[in-house]
Amino acid sequence: MRPDLHLVAALVGRDARVLDLGCGDGALLEHLITRQGCAGHGIERSADGFHACVARGVPVSQRDLEDELAHLGAGEFDCVVLSQTLPSMRRPAQVLADMRRIAPRRVVSLPNFGHWRLRAQLALQGRMPQSRTLPHPWYETPNIHLCTLRDFELLAAEAGLRVVRRIPLDEDGRPAPRWVRAAPNLLAAGAVYLLED
Amino acid sequence: MSGGVGLVQTQQAVLFDEDRPLRLESGARLAPVEVAYETYGRLDEDGANAVFVCHALTGDAHAAGHHGDPSRPGWWDNLIGPGRPLDTDRFFVVCANLLGGCKGTTGPGSIDPATGRPYGLRFPQLSVGDFVTVHRALVRHLGIRRLLAAIGGSLGGMQVLQWAIDHPGEMHGAIVIAASARLSAQNIAFSAVAREAILRDPDFNGGDYYDGPRPDRGLALARMIAHITYLSEASMRAKFGRRIQDADEPRYGFDVDFEVESYLHHQGRSFVERFDANSYLYLTRAMDYFDPFGDPVQTARRLAKVDTRFLVLSFDTDWRFSTEHSREIVRTLTAARVPVTFREISAPHGHDSFLLPIPEYHRTVAGYLDRLAAETTA
Repeated sequence: MRPDLHLVAALVGRDARVLDLGCGDGALLEHLITRQGCAGHGIERSADGFHACVARGVPVSQRDLEDELAHLGAGEFDCVVLSQTLPSMRRPAQVLADMRRIAPRRVVSLPNFGHWRLRAQLALQGRMPQSRTLPHPWYETPNIHLCTLRDFELLAAEAGLRVVRRIPLDEDGRPAPRWVRAAPNLLAAGAVYLLED
Repeated sequence: MSGGVGLVQTQQAVLFDEDRPLRLESGARLAPVEVAYETYGRLDEDGANAVFVCHALTGDAHAAGHHGDPSRPGWWDNLIGPGRPLDTDRFFVVCANLLGGCKGTTGPGSIDPATGRPYGLRFPQLSVGDFVTVHRALVRHLGIRRLLAAIGGSLGGMQVLQWAIDHPGEMHGAIVIAASARLSAQNIAFSAVAREAILRDPDFNGGDYYDGPRPDRGLALARMIAHITYLSEASMRAKFGRRIQDADEPRYGFDVDFEVESYLHHQGRSFVERFDANSYLYLTRAMDYFDPFGDPVQTARRLAKVDTRFLVLSFDTDWRFSTEHSREIVRTLTAARVPVTFREISAPHGHDSFLLPIPEYHRTVAGYLDRLAAETTA
């Protein structure tokens, strides 16, 4: 499992009803179900991801998650996870609002477009940045709404979501060293957030 | 397609008799109850590799293989056989004709021992739960310890759903395809018109028609109405368009002229050869009343005990039981922490898609069964 997913799993907690939005191959959910006693459900758009989840025994719905979110009722889950998916959403603000409605705990992990390495590429080379966290060239990236950590925190606040925890990540998705906390919007490659009301 | 299960025979078993009658949900008792069933593949020594197939409204026990003419295979032959999703090299597959049916299992056309004549409308009202009671008796009769899975489309899926939520511990997986937890007003409306066609047939005679002419016109009309709901608008357009049957120019009369009319008449005619009007009344009525999630409090209590995992599938062009019906099942189960996997398959054929060999559909069923088998042998 990717290192950042271990951080996400720790924030989800035990025995929760978890919805993983854009669950990919289901690795996080499998971990949550088998190791943490959670009742998990994933939403995944790709057929490959869907079949991978089936093979792992992870409950999954093959849907476009933005379409699906509108259909989910208030409080159907204890925790909702959005891992490395927000920048590819058509309407990120609506996604956060829906997440707030669906579950009292929300865990979001996302790449930081404000990371110094990306800023440097744009500033010095005049090119759209690429990195280990954001490997796609601009013309075939699924990320249509990239943001910095600061951008995200402002949008979360507008959605009525309070940052309870923020774990800055390094470029490998591991918790960043302590000094990064001095200026995460510049120094972290991404972050995992726990959001509550 | 590679060879299926080959020549098969329908078998019969008396599962309830005068000493041990079938108790229906209505409180009525029924005996004897005989069941027609087929099996494919071999039951493991520990009796844990069985997959029970529940058929839809007008199906029968003959799901796979053939009865002598390989060009006329069972109704789900594309799904069942060596190397197929219900792989008979690995699984022991069982399919039984429904209670109330007319293809070998006790139904309104069977002889009522009290009168020595066919039951007709004296046959008791049935529920989907009653179908399940009889399936469970067959499972015990065959020495199956616990089902690996039960699978069914449409009314078949409704039986699987009822079974899984009423009897925890009896199946590892439940595969519910193109089904519903509750018919919509539109569904019931179609069902009502189809029954009305039978009830108003002058030959219906209060259901006592077994000695004389049968209500074939009514039953054919019922089938024609229902068949429209099994196809999508697009598949009808592709199949028939506005083409004229056996001619280039329209004939401008009230006789069959368009190809689609001819097709529906053919469906109606061939249906009356193989189906009993009273069975049609009883089975459609059981569908109308089906509502396993009707009481939210009771539903939550029952679902808390369910240890079955579900695969729910719908088809995007199915307007009889649209994807919304399946989503309702998924929502209810997921809210109760029951593990559900859901997929809407894209296919142009409407409700009938569940009977067709659509690659992504079959891949999903096969993958799900693989996983169930791996979990039970681990």
